Amino acid sequence: MSNAPRTPVIQLRELAKTYQTGEVEVKAVCGVTLEIQRGEFVAVMGASGSGKSTLMNTLGCLDQRTSGDYLLDGVAVAGLNRKELAKLRNKKLGFVFQNFNLLARTSALENIELPLFYSQPLVTLRDRRERAVQALEKVGLGKRGDHFPSQLSGGQQQRVAIARALVSRPEVLLADEPTGNLDTRTSIEIMGLFQELNESGITVVMVTHELDIAAYCKRIVVMRDGQVTSDTRPDDRRSAREEIARLNQVEAKASLA
Amino acid sequence: MFTLFSILVARIWQTSLIALRALRRNKMRSLLTALGIIIGVASVVAMVAVGNGAQARITSQVSALGENLLTVFAGSKRSGGVSSGLGSASTITLADAEAIAREVTDVAAVSPEVSSTAQAIANGRNWSTTIAGESSAYLKIRDWKLAAGSMFTEREVRSAAKVAVIGSKPANELFGPLNPVGQSVRVKNIPFVIIGLLESKGAGMGGQNQDDKIIIPYTTAMKRITGDKFLRSVNVQIASTERMEVAQQQITSLLRQRHRLTAGHDDDFNIFNQKEIADTVNSISKIITLLLGSIASISLVVGGIGIMNIMLVSVTERTREIGIRIAVGAQPGDIRLQFLIEAVTLSLLGGLIGVLCGVGASQLVGMVADFKAVVSTGSIILAFGVSSVIGIFFGFYPAHKAAALNPIDALRYE
Repeated sequence: MSNAPRTPVIQLRELAKTYQTGEVEVKAVCGVTLEIQRGEFVAVMGASGSGKSTLMNTLGCLDQRTSGDYLLDGVAVAGLNRKELAKLRNKKLGFVFQNFNLLARTSALENIELPLFYSQPLVTLRDRRERAVQALEKVGLGKRGDHFPSQLSGGQQQRVAIARALVSRPEVLLADEPTGNLDTRTSIEIMGLFQELNESGITVVMVTHELDIAAYCKRIVVMRDGQVTSDTRPDDRRSAREEIARLNQVEAKASLA
Repeated sequence: MFTLFSILVARIWQTSLIALRALRRNKMRSLLTALGIIIGVASVVAMVAVGNGAQARITSQVSALGENLLTVFAGSKRSGGVSSGLGSASTITLADAEAIAREVTDVAAVSPEVSSTAQAIANGRNWSTTIAGESSAYLKIRDWKLAAGSMFTEREVRSAAKVAVIGSKPANELFGPLNPVGQSVRVKNIPFVIIGLLESKGAGMGGQNQDDKIIIPYTTAMKRITGDKFLRSVNVQIASTERMEVAQQQITSLLRQRHRLTAGHDDDFNIFNQKEIADTVNSISKIITLLLGSIASISLVVGGIGIMNIMLVSVTERTREIGIRIAVGAQPGDIRLQFLIEAVTLSLLGGLIGVLCGVGASQLVGMVADFKAVVSTGSIILAFGVSSVIGIFFGFYPAHKAAALNPIDALRYE
């Protein structure tokens, strides 16, 4: 990596985003200053309307800020055009969505290959397939490459989506309510996967409104009315592995009873 | 430079695969969408083929009259405003024909012609047919071949021999399947020896049967059949196509001079220029072909609008897919290319099937009509070119719309 390891991967300075809906001006994000270092696992929390989704879209280079600075891996995002933003997303970011957003009627492996399809320099067909297979193995779905999203459970679909986000070896994994459509146990499993990936060095930023889920993260940023109200690193961080083990115990007891 | 090019090619290829897959998923819809183009291209190809076929047919009919032929008809007889048609007046004499042969440059052959309708009797049957008096050069001038026997000679013309060359129609009516050569036929009680049988030529320009005729030396005809010293017409063959106009002018001034026509008088003869007729017919049939082709091409435009319509539907349907692609790093150009290729694939597919259908339809028309439809390579290339242009033109707006989608809205689209 060319950048000094001390450079934060995400740097926000007085970031603001204002929407113009009709005559009303909505200040979705007003003056957020935040630094996220490499290897962090951040949860952005807040009620709906708190501006966390807008912040996420801005972090994801899907939307441009109204004022302030945003440096992604040292690159100023402000002023980039659609084409340059697309390149940046492709190279530096991986997205995980609440509703998975996989292409229907397209196999898991082909879904995972998608970002590589748009990479520059071009990735050859064989390399694409190879990297997609590796990513699929990383999320523990090695044998399901040929399955279509409709043939997979919600948890499995989200794993495919995570593999897709990983395949281009991004700087940051951005997850928007990744467990929002999953049951408790599957949610914990997905959080376990994020924890594993984070331990292997991947930076994860995720939006959630559930405290249970945020508890698996290393750092919790709480937003309210477009501003950061708290930024903490809880000591009692949950481990998904232990949580699953506990759940298994409880279930075993229940079935004995 | 090379790498840039190969990247471009690879990207277009990969994008084509995506586009093809999207079309395969909606087979029925793709087919129906392409149907507009199919019908358009097929009708253009078929119409132009039929037009060309008709043109070729007419041209061959015109050239069947003979090569580089000028026919000098005697003027029309007028009595009280009623015209009796060309050749009916008595204005052209044998001396005129001889003068043309002698004085006009570039004349290859001359055949004075007299004609009359008479009853031909032979083999116990009779048939009313045209008796044409011609010179020995007539068959050469008219580019007409003999099926059997031979044409009379110049010597036989000079001696007004009672010999005849019979057309296939009277031959068939009088002799049936028998070979008429060597047989005798009586016209106006004069026995003629049949020395040749003409090849069948079929219907002529006016629809009259060219085969229904018996040809005898013009000398014999003038002396014994018509009893007239005037000619119906003179067939003049000119040495080359380029010289026809000059020859026509020369004949005109020669005849005016011989007939002592002063500046105030109209010609008392008419010159029928085979090349002029051919040119006129050609230009008319070209206009008809163009007309048919342009009517058909309207359906191409309609087909293009159909493609645009379905592409717009497709963009709306696949809003989320577009959002996902943009989110993972597809550039606006990638999205535009994808939908453009889809549209062009649809229209080219339509073009391909359309050409096949058009060729099939042309063959069918060729079977029904009495001429061969001529499918030209030009019209196929044009149809393909036009259909890909239509794909790009009508695909551009939907593709642009797709590329301009806001990824955040697109990802939320249900």
